[in-house]
Amino acid sequence: MLEISSLGKTYGSGPEATPAVGNVTLAVEAGEFACVVGPSGCGKTTLLKCIAGLLEPTRGSVILHGRRVTSPPEDMALVFQEYGRSLMPWTSVRNNVLLPLRHKRLSRDERERLVEEAVEAVGLSGVLDRYPWQLSGGMQQRVAIARALAYKPSILLMDEPFASVDAQTRGDLEDLVLQVRDAFGVTILFVTHDIDESVYLADRVVVLTHAPTQVKEIVPISLPAPRDQIATKELPEFAELRAHVQRLIKRERQEVAA
Amino acid sequence: MSRRTYRIVAVTLEILVPVAILVGWQLWTAHAASPKFPRLSTILVEFRDLWLFKQFGTDVVPSLERIGLGFALGVAAGVVLGVPLGLSRLFRQIALPHIEYWRAMPPPALLPISVVLIHSIGNSQKVAFIAFFCTFPVLLNTMDGVRGIDPTLIDTARSFRVPRAELIRRVVLPAALPQIMAGMRNSLALAVIMMVLSEYFAATSGVGYVLLISKNTFQLGPMWAAILLIGLLGYLLNALFLLVERRVLAWHRGWRAASSQ
Repeated sequence: MLEISSLGKTYGSGPEATPAVGNVTLAVEAGEFACVVGPSGCGKTTLLKCIAGLLEPTRGSVILHGRRVTSPPEDMALVFQEYGRSLMPWTSVRNNVLLPLRHKRLSRDERERLVEEAVEAVGLSGVLDRYPWQLSGGMQQRVAIARALAYKPSILLMDEPFASVDAQTRGDLEDLVLQVRDAFGVTILFVTHDIDESVYLADRVVVLTHAPTQVKEIVPISLPAPRDQIATKELPEFAELRAHVQRLIKRERQEVAA
Repeated sequence: MSRRTYRIVAVTLEILVPVAILVGWQLWTAHAASPKFPRLSTILVEFRDLWLFKQFGTDVVPSLERIGLGFALGVAAGVVLGVPLGLSRLFRQIALPHIEYWRAMPPPALLPISVVLIHSIGNSQKVAFIAFFCTFPVLLNTMDGVRGIDPTLIDTARSFRVPRAELIRRVVLPAALPQIMAGMRNSLALAVIMMVLSEYFAATSGVGYVLLISKNTFQLGPMWAAILLIGLLGYLLNALFLLVERRVLAWHRGWRAASSQ
């Protein structure tokens, strides 16, 4: 479904050139939940922006459904870490969710239906007419997720979406994303620096090297579904996988320090 | 002092201080009996006769029309030019020297040429003159407001393939609105100044025109009445604008309060 081949991104040129993404090759299957983890500052966000068509890669290509991505593709949606900065503070939750729908050729009813459906899926039906900043951080990120879902993407890119919420809310939001994945049949590429989170959520964890980043290893996660915050994390396999990923990343960080 | 008492004291003072000034003025002018400073009571009678009845339609209304139209056109021009300048560094580099040049121009220097160019001392010249100088504060504030938009917001809209016109209407303009309105407030004050200036220079009606005529005919009562009116006009227009701003930017206050927590 999504094929990333020899992708590289270097900022600037000449002696000041900063390579952020070295050489990333990765394929994501339809329906898959893939988590990308890497040491801090390894170029995860740059990689995601290249995949989303927001940044032009220096080398390589991104192919979605057989078509090369040169600008944001039609059936891809993005959720950023900073919900406070990606939601429009001057208008209601409803209008925020409507933003990606207004230019689609849809009837008024159809648009309303998509908004209702998305907002219900994230459990926010009661707050459609509130301003985003009247809601808690976790709820604001739900609004951002609802907006992405209303757009009806076949693939959802998430850039450390839960990094700025507290631990309990985080667990709730993780389970919400898993639910939504099943309900909407959407493929998810999820960038995080949290190893627990990546192992808990993913079908496969893609471990990146330090910058300029490459794929270090792809770890298949065969934990039973449905995942559960307590039961899944109790499993010995969970601990093993978690330790394995952590070891990979620790090695990367040591290399940077050395 | 509790919040409530503080408010009561503040509001009382807000009313009492101007009243005290007026009373002082009346007492002083009555005592001084100078022809240059007519009694306040005389000025107020003139004020009532001039502005509230006789010349309201012939002079106050035209002045207000000129302010309204000139301000509206200036704001429109400022926003229309400010958005592309905020979005494009290249545009900015090309246009900024010209903007700075015209902005630094003292308005009276352009009065004669405005009469020649527009070939009129009537409404169109006044409106054009007011609009020209109202453009700059709005333009520069719009530009800054647009430049200051969070890139995450633009990236979000781009990722949803929001078309450019929609992006400007739904994201760029509302995001820049607090700054645009700050510019508008400066422009409104300028509009009153430009109204008086252009009417004082050459006109056949208007508050500034009455000011000029009463000066030329040594009628100090009407002259003071005109000064009083101009001051009141500026004050009331600003108060009205603040009222509108409070409503339109209610979200901005809430948002700032929420994000500073």
